[in-house]
Amino acid sequence: MESEIQIRDLTITYGGRHHVVAVNNVSVDIPRNRLTAIIGPSGCGKTTLLKALNRLHDIKEGVQVRGHIVIGGEDIYQSRLPVFELRRRVGLIGQKPYPLPASIYDNVAYGPRIHRRAKGGELNEVVERCLRQAHLWEEVEDRLDSPAAGLSVGQQQRLCIARALAVEPEVILCDEVTSALDPLSSQKVENLLRSLREKYTMVMVTHILRQARRLADYVIVMYMGEVIEAGEAQEVFGNPRHEKTREYVKGIMAGA
Amino acid sequence: MNRRHLEQQVALCAMYGALVMVVVSLLLIIGVTVLRGGHVLVTRPEVVVTPPGPRYLLGGGGGFVHAILGSLYLVLPATLLASGIAMGIALYLQSDYTSRRTAGAIRNLLDALWGTPSIVYGMFVLTILISLQQRASLLAGIAALTLLEIPIIARYADAAVQAVPPMAKETSYALGTTRWENSQVVIRYALPGIATGVLIGLGRGIGDAASVIFTAGAGNNMPSGLLEGVTALPVLIFQQASSFYPSVREQAYAASFVLIVIVLVLNVASRLVTNYFARYIPGGR
Repeated sequence: MESEIQIRDLTITYGGRHHVVAVNNVSVDIPRNRLTAIIGPSGCGKTTLLKALNRLHDIKEGVQVRGHIVIGGEDIYQSRLPVFELRRRVGLIGQKPYPLPASIYDNVAYGPRIHRRAKGGELNEVVERCLRQAHLWEEVEDRLDSPAAGLSVGQQQRLCIARALAVEPEVILCDEVTSALDPLSSQKVENLLRSLREKYTMVMVTHILRQARRLADYVIVMYMGEVIEAGEAQEVFGNPRHEKTREYVKGIMAGA
Repeated sequence: MNRRHLEQQVALCAMYGALVMVVVSLLLIIGVTVLRGGHVLVTRPEVVVTPPGPRYLLGGGGGFVHAILGSLYLVLPATLLASGIAMGIALYLQSDYTSRRTAGAIRNLLDALWGTPSIVYGMFVLTILISLQQRASLLAGIAALTLLEIPIIARYADAAVQAVPPMAKETSYALGTTRWENSQVVIRYALPGIATGVLIGLGRGIGDAASVIFTAGAGNNMPSGLLEGVTALPVLIFQQASSFYPSVREQAYAASFVLIVIVLVLNVASRLVTNYFARYIPGGR
């Protein structure tokens, strides 16, 4: 297994009056160009771990991140690259879609524009390619100039994925991306994620066990801020080594 | 009819009562200005385009275009300036560099400034004018109105910016935006709320007499430069209404009516602009 992301001795604490250790001394590898699912009961630190991968904790007061995260051979917390360049390489899709208050076209074009990666006719190509990649092109090609807010929530989520693809990331983080969607839209987004996993290293947090079973190549199981098991999806689901994983996979772990 | 139903009916009646009171007062205000000043605008519509004649306030004839222009020259630049400064304050308050305690202290300060009577702003700027040995001028009036409007617009902009969902900011950061680019995204999301604040600031500025009476002046001259005095409509209305001459007093109502129309036009115009942008905002219309 060729790993894209190496996490070493990662500890994340929320400061303030209630000192909470959200991620406790985690070391784990995430494979390249495959879909890795982080699963575990609510409050086990899945999302906190995910957001450390593109330094989103930097923008919050009182969050301490200690340890090392190496992405593509570079320690992102020691890197001399500006943080916005790191974040361009590691995209994030959120739980709920928040399209920019602009047209469909401008939403996808926003990233390439700020990074000065494309302009003019080239930009039109990028927008079309990303919308096609996000399985959205056919539904919106005749109304690219209309407001993104007019799309359905499921379409907005795919638009947000297209927007993230447009900055040419290497890693895509997905934080419970189907939790705000109806079953049909969820299925479309799942198909989309499946089609992306060969080109991108994908890390997905999900609380839906079946979704992880359907999509994941590789699975990381977290419990109370620690990684208790990590391995190929078939092994983790078929033959879990850790007792808690067994309970969780059977669906009897508290809070699952 | 049981007790809970009765409670509901009483509350409903109270709400209707409040609504009726507000609507009736509004109609009365507009009605009185139209009844007492309307005929001036009908029989002598030229008052809104003619400058005041000699001894205008003593019944010397002429119109009050100097005050209409004066008000616009005062309030438009002041609102523009105040909006710019207020946006800076609002972005600073939500910035990741600002601690929650500092932000709280600044918000309290802004609230205190909001509640400060406008005559105090006028006196403050007047003190500066005196120490610089300057006369009342358009520039000084703009300064006083800007100070008056900043806390209002800043608090509205702050509330609008705070209402932007944190996840919207995160996903924007995840595209690789710098903090500055992210601020621009946040402003786009918050635009309808900010526009409301600007309108309310503008309304306060255009209706205020106390802050400009000493700073901008109260002469009968046409506005002629940044360092020359100008008269604002509310100041003129105050002067006209305290005149001995009935023909001048009724012009006060005509001037009031013009003031109401200006506010209404600015209101509708900015609403149209805001609604256009609101179409693009998720959850907007």
